[in-house]
Amino acid sequence: MNDSHYCPHTPEEIAEMLSDIGVASVEDLFSPIPSELRATTFNIPPGMSEFETFSRMQAIAGENRQGMINFIGGGFYDHIIPSVVDHLSGRSEFYTAYTPYQPECSQGTLQALFEYQTAICRLTGLDVSNASLYDGGTACAEAAMMALRVTGRNKIVIDGCVSPFSRQVLKTYLFNLDVEVVEITPLDGLLNRAELNSVLDDSVAAVLVQNPNFFGGIEDFTPLADQVHSAGALIIASVYPISLGILKSPGEIGIDIAVGDGQSLGNPLSFGGPSFGFIAAKKAFIRNMPGRIVGETVDRNGKRGYVLTLQAREQHIKRHKATSNICSNQGLCALRGLIFLSSVGKEGLADLAVLNRDKAEYAKEQLSSLPGVSVLQSTVTFNEFTLFLPKNADGVVASLLEHGIAAGVPLGQYYEGSENCLVVTVTEKRTKKEIDIFVKELEVALCN
Amino acid sequence: MSMYFTKEHEWVKVEGNVGTMGISDHAAHELGDITFVELPKIGATVKQFGVLGSIESVKAASDIFAPVSGKVTKINDALDLAPEAVNEGAEDAGWMAQVEIADESELKNLMTQAQYDDYLKTL
Amino acid sequence: MQLIYEQSTPGRRGVKLPASDVPAAPALPAFLLRTEKAGLAEVSELDLVRHFTNLSRRNFSVDTNFYPLGSCTMKYNAKVLENAAALFAPFHPMTALLPGGEDFCQGTLGMLYDMGQMLADITGMDEVTTQPLAGAHGEMTGIMLIAAYHAAKGNKAKKKYVVVPDSSHGTNPASAAIAGYEIITVPTAPYGDMDLELFKKAMTDEVAAVMMTCPNTLGLFNPHIKEISDIAHSHDALMYYDGANLNAIMGKVKPGDVGFDVIHVNLHKTFGTPHGGGGPGSGPVGVKNALIPFLPQPRIIMDEDGKLLLETTNPGTIGRTANFFGNFGVMVKAYAYIIMLGREGLIQVSEQAVLNANYIKEKLKPYYNLPYDMICMHECVFSASKQLEHGVHAIDIAKFLIDKGYHPPTVYFPMIVKEAIMIEPTETESKATMDAFIEVMIEAAQTAENNPQALLDAPLTMPISRLDETKAAREQKVCCIG
Repeated sequence: MNDSHYCPHTPEEIAEMLSDIGVASVEDLFSPIPSELRATTFNIPPGMSEFETFSRMQAIAGENRQGMINFIGGGFYDHIIPSVVDHLSGRSEFYTAYTPYQPECSQGTLQALFEYQTAICRLTGLDVSNASLYDGGTACAEAAMMALRVTGRNKIVIDGCVSPFSRQVLKTYLFNLDVEVVEITPLDGLLNRAELNSVLDDSVAAVLVQNPNFFGGIEDFTPLADQVHSAGALIIASVYPISLGILKSPGEIGIDIAVGDGQSLGNPLSFGGPSFGFIAAKKAFIRNMPGRIVGETVDRNGKRGYVLTLQAREQHIKRHKATSNICSNQGLCALRGLIFLSSVGKEGLADLAVLNRDKAEYAKEQLSSLPGVSVLQSTVTFNEFTLFLPKNADGVVASLLEHGIAAGVPLGQYYEGSENCLVVTVTEKRTKKEIDIFVKELEVALCN
Repeated sequence: MSMYFTKEHEWVKVEGNVGTMGISDHAAHELGDITFVELPKIGATVKQFGVLGSIESVKAASDIFAPVSGKVTKINDALDLAPEAVNEGAEDAGWMAQVEIADESELKNLMTQAQYDDYLKTL
Repeated sequence: MQLIYEQSTPGRRGVKLPASDVPAAPALPAFLLRTEKAGLAEVSELDLVRHFTNLSRRNFSVDTNFYPLGSCTMKYNAKVLENAAALFAPFHPMTALLPGGEDFCQGTLGMLYDMGQMLADITGMDEVTTQPLAGAHGEMTGIMLIAAYHAAKGNKAKKKYVVVPDSSHGTNPASAAIAGYEIITVPTAPYGDMDLELFKKAMTDEVAAVMMTCPNTLGLFNPHIKEISDIAHSHDALMYYDGANLNAIMGKVKPGDVGFDVIHVNLHKTFGTPHGGGGPGSGPVGVKNALIPFLPQPRIIMDEDGKLLLETTNPGTIGRTANFFGNFGVMVKAYAYIIMLGREGLIQVSEQAVLNANYIKEKLKPYYNLPYDMICMHECVFSASKQLEHGVHAIDIAKFLIDKGYHPPTVYFPMIVKEAIMIEPTETESKATMDAFIEVMIEAAQTAENNPQALLDAPLTMPISRLDETKAAREQKVCCIG
């Protein structure tokens, strides 16, 4: 019986192949596995048709609350995705290809990644980009390890305003290495400069900041970059790519390595993945970059073409001395990012950034006019801001969830003493009507 | 002036207490087109058979080991922009570093040109 | 082909954005703003569509070409999996992390939990974390779990080494290095497996883990695997299973039964999710009970009423290896694949993957040197040593195959085989496809003898001929200037 229609052989073909191999049965091919080691149980349920499979998946998706109105971010953002992104990345010549190790039959993927690297360089204002990393959190960790290699030092300083998830990932990555990680406790949702000054010594390899930070605040890190450089360290910034439609680029600020999560660039929320991490740096650090890099070259006839380059940095050649253990990139997600950026384009990304900020400013004004509600930060924000509520934010969020509104991320579990703080995100997808409903519902929740 | 070799295919030319070092023509040929040479820093101290630097081609990367111990006094900066110099003349313009030889007796741990040529035949 | 940036016209747009329904906010202070807009493409929607459609046509892919790429399991990617993944696109991962948020995510959390249970059954493990984002990420997570295990026993300082065979994937030593270990490499014996005597010599109480792929990268199942595990365990070293080759053994043998303590699974290989031109992958990690206390957080658990919850307060955890729950969209596809094929279907996958590899091996044996001539599992490794006598390398055979419409096998890996050609047909290819491939491989061998220059000149039918990789590495032009 043919249990999987994806295995095409007929019994006659199988018999013919076995005879060519010179064995009596398929079971004979498993004879190298000692019989005492063979599996005695296998409890996967019986299979089903693709129609039944799809119905089952629909039922599973149906067990999640549908149509939630998102005012949450925390690193993943509910942005528009132009139709072309799904259609073009859905070309199976892209998504059923493998890593472009054979460049002659992979120019599609390779040129797209070269264009992606170009987009990331132009967005960040830096010289070089790789072909993408796993996600924003692991990109922070990879950037820190890159700084350790570049400087030969052994201390990483992280601003506590960096996403708590990314900070945790970074600490997990560095835990087993001979590296000290110092966290700066935030001051009113901003970098505590005094505390930073007290730890910035000549053992620091890098200072990692996020802009806009987890509280939503935007800071001008230009003077900080100078200060960090004069201490002989590198400055790494985790950035939100949509905000770079208008905000000063990492390159203009003096950042050495910029990283971030590319989800907001054309990748669906999809319960947290797949997305991609991006990393861009000053040219001098290219040999210390992790992961795949595509480079331009020429063929035997002088025709322009693209190849994976500087592979001698990577694990398949350098093994334990590689710049990273990463093997894959998030190729298809990076392609989605490129298509997204090329679709909205130069003018569109700036407009999109302005639209996000306008919506957020409107929501901020409406929400902070509720009795007892105030805005935490004195600084400017992009599309996220922190509210100070008259009561514990956890209960408020839980009660609004019942009404189909994800009101924001309560800070209590991430920052001690912040139990009344709520980070609210407003993207271009939220309508004025949705914002007004949110304001009303919050008012009710605060009265109860 | 005499030239000595290691089993890992590095050479050192000795002039007084100055040792000039690089990789052998054989090693350069085996690696293929060289794309990058990582050199030590001036003032660094290297140990005999310890890591001096590293070298990369498109498909390979290997460490370069110092044939003798000493303090690095000079490096061949030109390789930064033109690593192909190693392919063109590994035992000449493709030199990598010069050291102040710390202990001349270490030379007895190395092969002479004739010994190295014989060694290559055994590979 | 032109780059998308070379087709730009200032002011042109590819999509219309929603109009604003709120008042414009006062502008930000100038010192926070970028001085010039980012130089992204400026093209119309149609130009954009043509550009990427034409780019896609410059790729070989599973849907267009046979792709017998050893070690990568390039099987067919069922289309229903794509439809299934789209159902989950709107769900925000933060929802589950909000107070009481799990209640609203029982579908997605439940699927991850079930996925863990099924993978645990397939691999013989006790619990699975779905957080790692790819195979190498799983390896790193797994070795960190092992490091935490040793540290909890007070052996952090004592355990210094990870042992790997010389046939291992490069990611194994690279991942172990991030977890703080030094590497001991054990050579392969003439019988194709890690040399048992040298392995015994390498094993001391300072070894933290042994990382193995089984079947190994030569496609051979190591009959001494139980003995190797017993020796490792006698030194309190844990056994790590690189799941890259799991496609060969589903339902036949479980790594957990033969002594492995930690395993990663490559969902994009074994469980039929597309490779995406190099990612996204997904690398769930399975562990035995002794390692559960160290699993990454948030960990998905089920209470007595069958409700799924997130555990975030485990003191022993290694922390977090990714921001959320792993590559969820990839897991949807793998989950749908497993429930669709079911028990018998998965067994059949492994049986026919092994059948196909042995068939190609036997058919090509007269023409190519087969350094380890025995029954293989899901892949076989030839050497182009006979062809080298005519000045033809494995890479030349690879380029010849491109001209014939085949994606080449993996070449030059594993490194222990000179001029390696590693063929993994997978179970989804028909006999007719394989027979045609075999004919072309035979033609390549004959051409190597009769007209070697033809192989050295290949490929001639692609948009470009062989590329100058040295120039790329020396010049490092990695983005378009201007």
